[in-house]
Amino acid sequence: MSSRDQISRDEVAHLAKLSRLAVTDAELDLFAGQLDVILGAVARVGEVAADDIPPTSHAVPLQNVFRPDELRPGLSQEQALSGAPASEDGRFRVPQILGEEQ
Amino acid sequence: MTAPTLVDFDDVVERFDPMLGLEVHVELNTNTKMFCGCPTEFGAEPNTQVCPICLGLPGALPVVNRTAVESAIRIGLALNCDIAPWGRFARKNYFYPDMPKNFQTSQYDEPIAVNGYLDVELDDGSTFRVEIERAHMEEDTGKSLHVGGATGRIHGAEYSLLDYNRAGVPLIEIVTKMIPGTRERAPEVARAYVTALRDLIKALGVSDVRMDQGSMRCDVNLSLSPRDSGVLGTRSETKNVNSLRSVERAVRYEMSRHAGVLDAGEKVVQETRHFQEDTASTRSGRIKETSEDYRYFPEPDLVPIAPPREWVEELRGTLPELPWERRRRISAEWGLTDEELRDLVNAGALDLIEATVAEGAPAGEARSWWVAYLTQQANTREVPLDELPITPAAVARVIELVASGELNNKLARQVVDGVLDGEGTPDEVVAARGLAVVSDDGALIAAVDEALAAQPDVAQKIRDGKVAAAGAIVGAVMKATKGQADAKRVRELIIERCG
Repeated sequence: MSSRDQISRDEVAHLAKLSRLAVTDAELDLFAGQLDVILGAVARVGEVAADDIPPTSHAVPLQNVFRPDELRPGLSQEQALSGAPASEDGRFRVPQILGEEQ
Repeated sequence: MTAPTLVDFDDVVERFDPMLGLEVHVELNTNTKMFCGCPTEFGAEPNTQVCPICLGLPGALPVVNRTAVESAIRIGLALNCDIAPWGRFARKNYFYPDMPKNFQTSQYDEPIAVNGYLDVELDDGSTFRVEIERAHMEEDTGKSLHVGGATGRIHGAEYSLLDYNRAGVPLIEIVTKMIPGTRERAPEVARAYVTALRDLIKALGVSDVRMDQGSMRCDVNLSLSPRDSGVLGTRSETKNVNSLRSVERAVRYEMSRHAGVLDAGEKVVQETRHFQEDTASTRSGRIKETSEDYRYFPEPDLVPIAPPREWVEELRGTLPELPWERRRRISAEWGLTDEELRDLVNAGALDLIEATVAEGAPAGEARSWWVAYLTQQANTREVPLDELPITPAAVARVIELVASGELNNKLARQVVDGVLDGEGTPDEVVAARGLAVVSDDGALIAAVDEALAAQPDVAQKIRDGKVAAAGAIVGAVMKATKGQADAKRVRELIIERCG
């Protein structure tokens, strides 16, 4: 990435909609500006990387790291739910899910 | 919500060409999850098969299950796909609480298997080739329970409850290329494809492929274009299609619905729809996120998978006889017509019969038990044939007991009933119920003499050479011995005593 992508106000609004967040007009302006600065900072990495540096998704040049298909002890239900803000009937309780069905 | 206008199916195919696409998710039957060592068994208490990795707790690091990768490669090879020499997992980000990580680990632009095909058999015996675009690895999501709404649906629910036992169970998603040219056979092709895929994966032994339990799930993509226009229509994606019959019905319904929308001069909305089993219709779900909205990026916590050639070839060597090859062989060995074979396949009896034959039973007897008496029993008990509590080995043993004359057919059915009722093996049932055929001629002769004495007029007829009259005496002897005599032997003895 040589030229840096601008993040638009519309894109922030779209992301807010996907994540069911109510964002005010003032916040849209604020976040678009902030995100733009962050993206700009990250984009500078691209300026440093020359053609002899291949893109990578991992810091260590490893591949084919596997685990045998063997059971390992996990958490009890009580332990699993211990950090949950709310639970009910052995399950995690989450607030109403918005905007999934019309 | 107003009910959609549905166009008559024949009218739809007269004026439109359907374009079909099928996405099938298969839950692998590995012991553990895709990225952690939690068990994958169905039906456990909620949140008892979880750990920091599948709960997405901070700092937890996933490691790929080797067996799951092998299963994925074997599925790819069986579907005639190329196995990617190098590929990565990706994060699929979305806002929904069924994944505690806030993303699903999947594969995006680097799937493990690409460009294959599956030849499927249609009802008329012809073969239709479905091209496979890709098969990729991912993980299943948790299960949500919506509380407070009248219908158990999200709509109107006050809150939801999450069970993450299923989150992280290895899934393979198999995606077809767009399937053109199916016309009026689109519903049939869709069902035949899912059936063939299910049989294939069952033969590979990598999944239970139980649509009723969700270990195999199908999404139906469908669009219509005006007949012979070549213009692609907008597609809908129907989820929640949980039986083979529903696959067919979902395609049929969506074709009628799309045509209704297009006839009204409106645009088909690109959306996810949910299949309604009770009404065989679909209901609008969410407006589909575009692939861009998922903000896929390579999973930084996992390293790439680069299956060495030798490994792939070794796995190719483990591919079993494929279902259609096996069917061809069996029908030749057993001398079945195509129709007879299809009936056995449809009844779910083929595997059971073959296993019974493998236990030493003659094919004809094995077939007759499974398609007649045992099918009846399965219907009565309202379970699939393969869930009847009797093994092919037990059926083979019953057949052997009949062949050796220790049981007659009537007793054999009682023995099978005993096995089905959990009384033990065939031999145990025979012993416990005292069901062996009375083969002691002395006891039989006494019974025959008694019966002949009781019906002197019949006895006289037999003595006069009217052998057919012996039937009445046979019946009397069978009754006297509570059905435990060998009817053939009784008849011989009657003739003998009247000679």
